[in-house]
Amino acid sequence: MFRFDKTRLDLAREFKANPFGEHSPDLQYLLNILRAPRPGPFHVLLINEPGRRWTLAMMEPGRPPKPTNVVFTGLAEAEWHIFRERWAALAGEECPLE
Amino acid sequence: MKRVMGYCDRWSAAPGETVRFMVSCLDTDSYEAQLVRLRQPDAGPEATKFEPLPIAASLNGAHSGRYQPIPAGSFAAVPAHPALAPKGSFSLCAYVYATTPAKGRQALISTWCEKGQNGYALELDAGAALTFRSTGTLVSTGVPLRERHWYFVAASYDAAAGTVTLHQEPIAAHDFHPERAITITRAIGAPTQPLHPLIFAAHSDGATEHASAWGGRAFAHHFNGRIDSPRLAAAALDRAGLAALAATPLASTLATEIIAAWDFSRDISGEAITDLGPHRLDGTIVNLPTRAVRGWNWDGSETNWTHAPQQYGAIHFHDDDLVDANWASDFSYTVPEDLRSGVYAVHLTTPDFDYYVVFFVVPPRGTARSKTAFLASTATYTVYLNNRGRFLSTMTERYQGRVTTMDWIDALLIEFPEMGLSTYDRHTDGTGVAYSSRHRPLQNFRPTGRHWNFNLDLFIIDFLEKLGGDYDVITEEDLHTHGYDLLKPYQVILTGSHPEYDSADMLDAFETYLRRGGRMMYMGGNGFYWRIAHHPTRDGVIEVRRAEGGVRAWDAEPGEAFHSFTGEYGGLWRRNMRAPQRLVGVGFISQGFDKCSYFRITDDAKNPRAAWMFDGVEGELLGDFGILQGGAAGLEIDAADPKLGTPGHALVVGRSENHSNTYELVAEEVLIPHGATDAVINPDIHADITFFETGGGGAVFSTGSIAYAGSLGWNGFDNTLFRFTTNVLTRFRDPTPFPDPA
Repeated sequence: MFRFDKTRLDLAREFKANPFGEHSPDLQYLLNILRAPRPGPFHVLLINEPGRRWTLAMMEPGRPPKPTNVVFTGLAEAEWHIFRERWAALAGEECPLE
Repeated sequence: MKRVMGYCDRWSAAPGETVRFMVSCLDTDSYEAQLVRLRQPDAGPEATKFEPLPIAASLNGAHSGRYQPIPAGSFAAVPAHPALAPKGSFSLCAYVYATTPAKGRQALISTWCEKGQNGYALELDAGAALTFRSTGTLVSTGVPLRERHWYFVAASYDAAAGTVTLHQEPIAAHDFHPERAITITRAIGAPTQPLHPLIFAAHSDGATEHASAWGGRAFAHHFNGRIDSPRLAAAALDRAGLAALAATPLASTLATEIIAAWDFSRDISGEAITDLGPHRLDGTIVNLPTRAVRGWNWDGSETNWTHAPQQYGAIHFHDDDLVDANWASDFSYTVPEDLRSGVYAVHLTTPDFDYYVVFFVVPPRGTARSKTAFLASTATYTVYLNNRGRFLSTMTERYQGRVTTMDWIDALLIEFPEMGLSTYDRHTDGTGVAYSSRHRPLQNFRPTGRHWNFNLDLFIIDFLEKLGGDYDVITEEDLHTHGYDLLKPYQVILTGSHPEYDSADMLDAFETYLRRGGRMMYMGGNGFYWRIAHHPTRDGVIEVRRAEGGVRAWDAEPGEAFHSFTGEYGGLWRRNMRAPQRLVGVGFISQGFDKCSYFRITDDAKNPRAAWMFDGVEGELLGDFGILQGGAAGLEIDAADPKLGTPGHALVVGRSENHSNTYELVAEEVLIPHGATDAVINPDIHADITFFETGGGGAVFSTGSIAYAGSLGWNGFDNTLFRFTTNVLTRFRDPTPFPDPA
């Protein structure tokens, strides 16, 4: 059974380098865990300008999104930010990889 | 935030025809309107600049507006009649199947007016128990109905005794739930009997000045679930009498007592409900509850409702059904004779918000103004309208391989769930949505937002504009109605990026067109996949039964694979022996939404039958660039498969490779789960650019990928995919017949 392991920084590095496209099997397992539906708010990106700017928002099913103050100018940047937030939630500590 | 939203009454308008626009304002009483022609999507810095072209029209300018609510929720209504208000004893009964019994008060059979607090009703109370209601009276069995279980329910009012008796009896269903029939009798006062309509599955809430689903009234306490064989009699019947009242055919022993006996198994394709009783108290369904569903007596001996309608005598009501928002019209536009065919919209704006109401200007009926037509995928647009499933959880992110993006127009859908559902959604009771209508405000039929369907198809319009704009726009809705005659004038038809849904009439039209020398450029992926049925009388209302196989958001319930509108077997065209490979050479093989890839040019490209496509095209790859996730091969992709009908002479001139983990084999290709189902390991997952001649001088070119259209305009159209595709279109426009493949 694959479980979250906060020492597997190799997977974090792999994701940061290539958030989209082919992943190693272990990274794909990890992403399936990070993206598992859970109760409570989840991340979405609000489009400010198509292809240019997105705002991170949190949304609960059936409720409009609540924007945060975090703005991205690239989707890879957004993916990495959200990955780190989810990693921290599971690890109980910040992901040491910036 | 000052916001505005709207819709129009027709998507296809020819010169001389009039389009009506319905608008609602939120936190404002005014807005601006501007007619525009759409020439490209709003797709960011890598795409052609988004510049809707203003068109002169009297509708342009400032408008006064107001909020218009949406009267969602289905029911059936019988107009008021004195017989529905018995002066003495009476009994009513039905079979019911509650799908959310615990959601709160829900009406079953009702003349009750919530606003006037008069009439009578059989309903479920807040505790999900059967309840009889009349003025000053509330009698409940006190025992909840179980979810998704059939019950016989009845109430008998005895005027002489001043009592009402309730019966709540579970129907055995091959299971062992311990539950007993309940009968209770209580003293009550005489119900007041005003002249009210009788409503199934909702209470009237009195007259409304706003949009009304029926009769100028508002409605409340909508029921989720099924009602079968409701009956009304002018007598206080005991249990044996109620059994006679519920019997089919009608019991002659009750000939003088029966007031009404509604038979929902009649006219299943339409909107009427039929009364077999002496007064012929026929009615109508409202907001399109689902018909052709299993009744209380369905025994599995027949799965086609047209063969055994008596086992399909139920109607499934939902509190979120919506077929028409019924808004008042705010302005209209009559298409001038000289307006060119194209994609148009009325752009509604407030200082805080903008919203597009899109429609298509088609050439004068029966004519063509070009030899090239873009066929707008209006059937697919319709079934996807107001798709909210992707906003519900991170499940979307899991299969898409990236975080969900959205904007404030998407958020409207969440704030106003009464905007209704798509056939990708489930009702509040969890059942799949089988019907979709365009007669309501729409969240995902616009040139902005996520690139999918209509929005993505504007990349194809962008391509045609780049080539000089010599094209007509026609619609699938018209194709279903007019068939081959709509296609006949054109040398070449270009489809949209995702023409996924087709009726038999639409496929027949394509086939005839191609056999008679027509040329078709299938410009997308996952096309011609699901069978649909069009409503017999309402334009722009489509049914999908997601039966047996296919990548699908829900699956049809047992015994419910046949469309109610037509009686046709639903599901994949593949299951109807018309797999898309037969028509266009390729069919759906996989989907993924994280990253798009490219095509590698194959040896078939050297075949003289196809080599002309590559004039001026250098390199080994096609589309290793693009606005949609970086490549032309992706999102939903199609492969050739001779077993499913790809013609033996078809040429695969480009094949995609290097897809990611999120690209999984479609469900219908994985009969036994085996794990080797993603593109990293499974070589069956690829998109095929395919070409073949059809006889009669015709030909088919298929891109096999939704993302393809998003690469045409890359680098200001200075790219090899643009040149390749232009070569194909140029040859397809040339009337010189293609050689007969036979």
